[in-house]
Amino acid sequence: MDTLVTQIFNGLSVGSILLLAALGLALTFGQMGVINMAHGEFIMAGAYTAFVVQQALGAAGLSLLVSLPLAFAVGGLLGVVLEATLLRRMYHRPLDTLLVTWGVSLVLQQLARDVFGTAGVDVPSPAWLSGPVEILGFTFSRSRMFILLLAVAAVTTVVLALRYTSLGRRIRATVQNRQLAESSGISTRRTDMLTFFIGSGLAGVAGVALTLMGSISPNLGTSYIVDAFLVVIVGGLGQLRGAIIAAFALGVAQSWLEYSTTASIAKVLVLAAVVAFLQFRPQGIFRLRTRSLV
Amino acid sequence: MTAATRVTAATRVTALLRSRYAVGLGFLAAAVLLFAVAPLLLSGFRLGQLGRYLCLAMVAVGIGLAWGRGGMLTLGQGVFFGIGAYLMAMHLSLADAGPGGTPAFMTLISSDGVPWWWEPFRSGTVTVLAILVLPALLATVLGLATFRRRVRGAYFAILSQALAAAFAILLVGNPATTGGSTGLNNFVGFFGFALRDPVNRQMLYFIAAGVLLLMLVVARQLMVSRYGELLVACRDSEERVRFLGYDPATVKTVAFAVAALMAGVGGALFVPIVGIISPNDVGVVPSIALLIGVAIGGRTTLAGPVLGAIVVAWAATTLSEQFPSGWTYAQGLMFMLVVAFLPGGIASLVTLRRRRSATPAVGRTA
Repeated sequence: MDTLVTQIFNGLSVGSILLLAALGLALTFGQMGVINMAHGEFIMAGAYTAFVVQQALGAAGLSLLVSLPLAFAVGGLLGVVLEATLLRRMYHRPLDTLLVTWGVSLVLQQLARDVFGTAGVDVPSPAWLSGPVEILGFTFSRSRMFILLLAVAAVTTVVLALRYTSLGRRIRATVQNRQLAESSGISTRRTDMLTFFIGSGLAGVAGVALTLMGSISPNLGTSYIVDAFLVVIVGGLGQLRGAIIAAFALGVAQSWLEYSTTASIAKVLVLAAVVAFLQFRPQGIFRLRTRSLV
Repeated sequence: MTAATRVTAATRVTALLRSRYAVGLGFLAAAVLLFAVAPLLLSGFRLGQLGRYLCLAMVAVGIGLAWGRGGMLTLGQGVFFGIGAYLMAMHLSLADAGPGGTPAFMTLISSDGVPWWWEPFRSGTVTVLAILVLPALLATVLGLATFRRRVRGAYFAILSQALAAAFAILLVGNPATTGGSTGLNNFVGFFGFALRDPVNRQMLYFIAAGVLLLMLVVARQLMVSRYGELLVACRDSEERVRFLGYDPATVKTVAFAVAALMAGVGGALFVPIVGIISPNDVGVVPSIALLIGVAIGGRTTLAGPVLGAIVVAWAATTLSEQFPSGWTYAQGLMFMLVVAFLPGGIASLVTLRRRRSATPAVGRTA
């Protein structure tokens, strides 16, 4: 019983990290069809933002709260610059955006190496997040709990914003029918830019969350990007609820398999499971119904 | 010069470039360069480096076929390259250890001896057969599993990338049987020939050059055949091909399998020439790095991927020796600029007139 609860909690925790990393992708890849390989580096940029804020402010508790919105802005700005300079001209060839953004990620990684050094740096977590917390007789790590809550909060905000705000309506309209949205007076350019800002900003938030898990290094992003894309694919494009289910399913599967086998075998088994799953549902858990042949 | 005459002149040049004689002459020139000029001009060490680039160029020929012609952006060629390379490395390690012997690195890590799945590769024949069959077989299985279910485009690219990630993790995670992150190295002999002997090293280079030319012939025949037309058609409009009664999944799987075979052979020759294979050569990053040469040279052409791969590999060795961080920036910028602004690669500047087959599947890949 004890191990079961611990395993499920570990799975949810891994899932919540995946979800934070994948949520932004679900917007940029899922809604706009851009394959942003530099998303992982936006996560890394968010993590280093937390590091810099910590260096400047000192106090761990305050700097965490300051760095969350700041990392959102840093990630978002990086995304907007990328969208405005390179991706805007490439919406009609989505596969090529993958290679272009891979180039961006190489440059950003090397930049981080030159600025912050190759070795990992630590961002000490505040006192109120270190140590375990006891709930119903089970002990959980406070920082993992915080990340779980952060993921839930981020997802709720995005879902509510997409559903109820005018920006959300504009985003959905642009995704569903670009021409019609445009002729109804929506500036699809601005909408694209804002979607990219939010999606990339969420990567920055994910980066701050990752500083609670351990030291950060310039190749922080590469370890999450593949898994994050798998989450979006399994979840189904253009569907946030799919990404949520997929993130927690992959997280639980991953940590359970890691517990019963080894970390490397678990990775391979999860991938095999994803390929097998796509045999049954090639378009993910939920799919957008369209009349297009593809 | 009016526009009309410019077009006819361009057409004539293109026709000349495409003609049978021109292709034959190109092959002849390449053969002379590889077999006569390079060995005369380059030192043994530089010739070995060129041999390494040729192995990477073999992978590039396959990528050109699968990605440029078939529209399958495969980010996992490192896996097939790695399978070929590790099979060869296993055989060389076992052969060095002698009949019934255990490779040195295994005895250092554990006392379990040679695992059962290593045993078949004591035989050279089995190894060569496995190198030719296993990567292509894996590609066929994966190709059928994904293409039949119409998983394509970005989905396929990301799945292939996940495959490369899983492969590298698997290799690192099992140091007792795969050498872990150090990989396999310190090979003494190659099918009975001492690898230290410069004559044998030159022989290896000649083998690589010959195999690369052979692959180019095969790729050219595939491209000009009816199958080649069908492959381009699948890239440009899969639905239309299906409506015409063909099965795009089979067409694409064949190209994917041929690309995997080429990558596997490239990997197998890489091992004796370079002397080491490690997860650093087969993971996510090297798999994508293989694409940049193809993109620069011109993904849809025959010679473009090969020349691009050789030039990029050469630049990587030369520049990263002097400016390690500069090379990463250069690589990143090449990806950004070439793919965004020159999707046809250098070849699209040379060909003058945009032909159907030279135009990348812009806007139809979604």
